[in-house]
Amino acid sequence: MSMGFADPFDTLLDLQRSLEATLASDWLQDLTTSRGPFPPINVFQQGDDLLAIIELPGVSKSDLQIQAKENSIRIFGRKAVDYPEESSLHRRERVSGEFDRTLSVPVQIDPDGIKAEYRDGILAVFLPRAESDKPRTIKIT
Amino acid sequence: MASKKELQVAQKRELEKKEETTIPARIFVPNADIYETKDGLNVVLEMPGVDKNSVDVRVEDDVLKVDGKLDFSKYKGLQPVYTEYNIGHFSRSFRLFGKIDQSKIAAELKDGVLSLMLPLAEKAKPRAIQVN
Repeated sequence: MSMGFADPFDTLLDLQRSLEATLASDWLQDLTTSRGPFPPINVFQQGDDLLAIIELPGVSKSDLQIQAKENSIRIFGRKAVDYPEESSLHRRERVSGEFDRTLSVPVQIDPDGIKAEYRDGILAVFLPRAESDKPRTIKIT
Repeated sequence: MASKKELQVAQKRELEKKEETTIPARIFVPNADIYETKDGLNVVLEMPGVDKNSVDVRVEDDVLKVDGKLDFSKYKGLQPVYTEYNIGHFSRSFRLFGKIDQSKIAAELKDGVLSLMLPLAEKAKPRAIQVN
């Protein structure tokens, strides 16, 4: 048997193969949305304004708070996941506990015009752009 | 040659495609809890923003299957700036132990949480074993 120097790229390739094998195996099963930051956020642009859609399934409105600053909003609160007494747990994927996320946006927000609605486990926050921050067309004379 | 009606249907589909949001859609897997009480199995799945008419729950050959679609058509026309979560179809299957009384399965979707109550059939209910 001949022996030589180990190729550093072999180590990387082995790592990649191991990772792919792990993902392909049944051990992890399907990837769920519990990975990553909580709560997940989507941001849409609506003309000059922004609309933030935040996934908060099973959260009570009373456990939810929103704070706004010039160019950021903070969403924080508590998500409770309860099980009946004397129940035995087979699988637990739902995350419970306190959450706190701040979303920074590249525009100035009008804090007085912010509107929020919680429905079907989705928090929709309308973020109007401040008048002073809106682009103005300059007339060339 | 396509008939006038077929052309109209094709045009409508094209229009619907254009109106869809540009967020990439893919199959996603909702988080699930499964717990057992003396009455049966409880399966709880998180599906925020999903309409109850877009969810299909079936039990076939001791497999519980939950399929559906997160419809984001109400946000059509809006320009996505930043996206973190999946939009589109979802699917999740669970192999059930014991026999389920399918006639008594109850489902409720509230605040983006689907709760399924699957009562065990009489024969499958747990029995206390006496230790001699």
